[in-house]
Amino acid sequence: MDVIQGIQTVVSPKIVSRNFGDTVFKYLSQFFAFLILLLIVLMAYEMYASSSLSIQKFGWSFLTSTEWDPVADQYGALPFIYGTLMSSLIALVIAVPIGVGIAIFLVELAPKWLERPFSFIVELLAGIPSIVYGLWGFFVMVPWIRTTVEPFLSRHLGSFPLFEGAPYGVGMLAAGVILSIMILPIISSISRDVLKAVPVSQKEAALALGSTRWEATRIALSYSRSGIIGATILGLGRALGETMAVTMVIGNRPVIKASLFEPGYTMASVLANEFTEATTEMYISALIEIALVLFVVTLLVNTVARLLVWSFTRNADAGGRL
Amino acid sequence: MKKFLSFLLVSLVMNVALAQLQLNGAGATFPYVIYSKWFDEYQKKTGIQFNYQSIGSGGGIKQVIEGTVDFGATDGPMKDEQLAEAKAKQGTDVLHIPTVMGAVVAMYNVPEIGTDLKLTPDVLAEIFLGKITKWNDAKIAASNTGRTLPDKAIVVVHRSDGSGTTYIFVDYLSKVSDEWKSKVGVGTSVNWPIGLGGKGNEGVAGQVKQIEGSIGYVELAYAVMNNLPYASLKNKAGNFVSPSLESVTAAAMNEAKKMPEDLRVSITDAGGKDSYPISGFTWLLVYKDQKDEVKAKAIVNFLRWAFKEGQAFAPGLYYAPLPKEVITLNEKKIASITYKGKPIK
Repeated sequence: MDVIQGIQTVVSPKIVSRNFGDTVFKYLSQFFAFLILLLIVLMAYEMYASSSLSIQKFGWSFLTSTEWDPVADQYGALPFIYGTLMSSLIALVIAVPIGVGIAIFLVELAPKWLERPFSFIVELLAGIPSIVYGLWGFFVMVPWIRTTVEPFLSRHLGSFPLFEGAPYGVGMLAAGVILSIMILPIISSISRDVLKAVPVSQKEAALALGSTRWEATRIALSYSRSGIIGATILGLGRALGETMAVTMVIGNRPVIKASLFEPGYTMASVLANEFTEATTEMYISALIEIALVLFVVTLLVNTVARLLVWSFTRNADAGGRL
Repeated sequence: MKKFLSFLLVSLVMNVALAQLQLNGAGATFPYVIYSKWFDEYQKKTGIQFNYQSIGSGGGIKQVIEGTVDFGATDGPMKDEQLAEAKAKQGTDVLHIPTVMGAVVAMYNVPEIGTDLKLTPDVLAEIFLGKITKWNDAKIAASNTGRTLPDKAIVVVHRSDGSGTTYIFVDYLSKVSDEWKSKVGVGTSVNWPIGLGGKGNEGVAGQVKQIEGSIGYVELAYAVMNNLPYASLKNKAGNFVSPSLESVTAAAMNEAKKMPEDLRVSITDAGGKDSYPISGFTWLLVYKDQKDEVKAKAIVNFLRWAFKEGQAFAPGLYYAPLPKEVITLNEKKIASITYKGKPIK
């Protein structure tokens, strides 16, 4: 007893001083975390306050109206919401298979000497500024789409409403493609990390039981499913907010059309284009309301995606797999 | 630590010592090229620095109303409500001083037509309304007899961002087409019935250059620099006039006789046989009653220089210089600038 008490009295002073440092550290990091939350709440509040004019005038019809008329001060955000979601969706449809494919190649199939430089190059893509993508897209990619891709799709799949219309080059398809290039590095690098984290024992066990290369890879994929979905969410987050690259190739027309060849407009693009010249209070208020809508859409999409991840991992834990 | 502090002290002193008179302005992008030239030349001459941010006419007007700049610039004149707001917030009127003029041209990319397509006002309006959709439409052929027009679709290109160029263009369309006036109206940003949106003059020029069969509107300089043909328009007097510095100056000279006292005027659809119909002024916005005497003197002297020596730089940069009549009106206007009620000497 005495010995233990003795140890405690000897050890206690040290613990006290460490506790103080720990307490400070705890509160400091709590404060920083709280600061982030505060920032988000402040942003949302500011946007809500500045767009009160527009909210009062239009109410919910702002989200369902397709009219965008600065001269008559009539504003509706539906074409922009559609444009943002559609272009991001196209980007995901293109980038996720390719990104996960790159990750599988790098982890499972590539020779060791190739993996490092190749992943370095893919990650370089992430560092290229948005406006550079926009300029490249406008001067290089769009003419290629107009002269090669769209006529090809028109000829073979022209009967689908998705591929109807004249090839302008600029349009929803171009926006989707350029977004996919921009989110590819995010998806592929995170998927690669997640695939690498799969215990070698799992793959070896599968191979030992006689599965093919592809079947073993499938097992690795199901193991890292939540991570890959997380990567997709991150990519989607970037795609939703991308501004300069999209505005240069999307055609900037606030319409909702079925065809991918038609021009469109995204929320970020209209803000970038029209904010500086917005002269009336109602106009500015409507634009800030679009910013608020974009903010809310991003939050919603992320929440839905997180719920998806949660449901996936829950099922996996409960024993269901593959 | 000591080294750092002393470095800080020295740079602070240097900053104070090198502090010269600097005037801040913001506004239109259209005249940015010539304003840069002017500010550069004027600084070489007098050492006074002008800092200009081309954030757009709307931005310029806003900053003038809020009083965050010493002067503003705009392609579209301030509305009465905006002037009233400026007066309420800054306690003084805002003067509009026209500085140079520009032309908005309809440039097109139809190799079969070549140069010098002739368009009438109603045809131009109907193209941008989406009612004329093919290049070989009878209405276009009517003013271009003897030329074969191709059976191609017309792709309309307009500005996606708010702009003074758009303002001048739609102001003209509203004057020549009642349908445009009621359906679309006038503004720096409008609800375009049809067409793709390009960002900036460069964006529109780039789109027209790439897409065959397209037509778009840009400042004269951009059409010339991109080597794309632009249309001649039928003016009010009935002549087909090609956009050029001379035809723009002719338009201004014609309208100068009826300029209102506050110099806020649109010179689109000008009378006169040589006038190009889509011309426009660009203005500098100056507070009538200045709050700082040194800055007031600097602004007045700069404006006087701009009306004389400054105009010589305009043609080289594809801006039309002001006609004499307008310069005279300007001189009278800036004589009315005061510092706390007293005129500037």
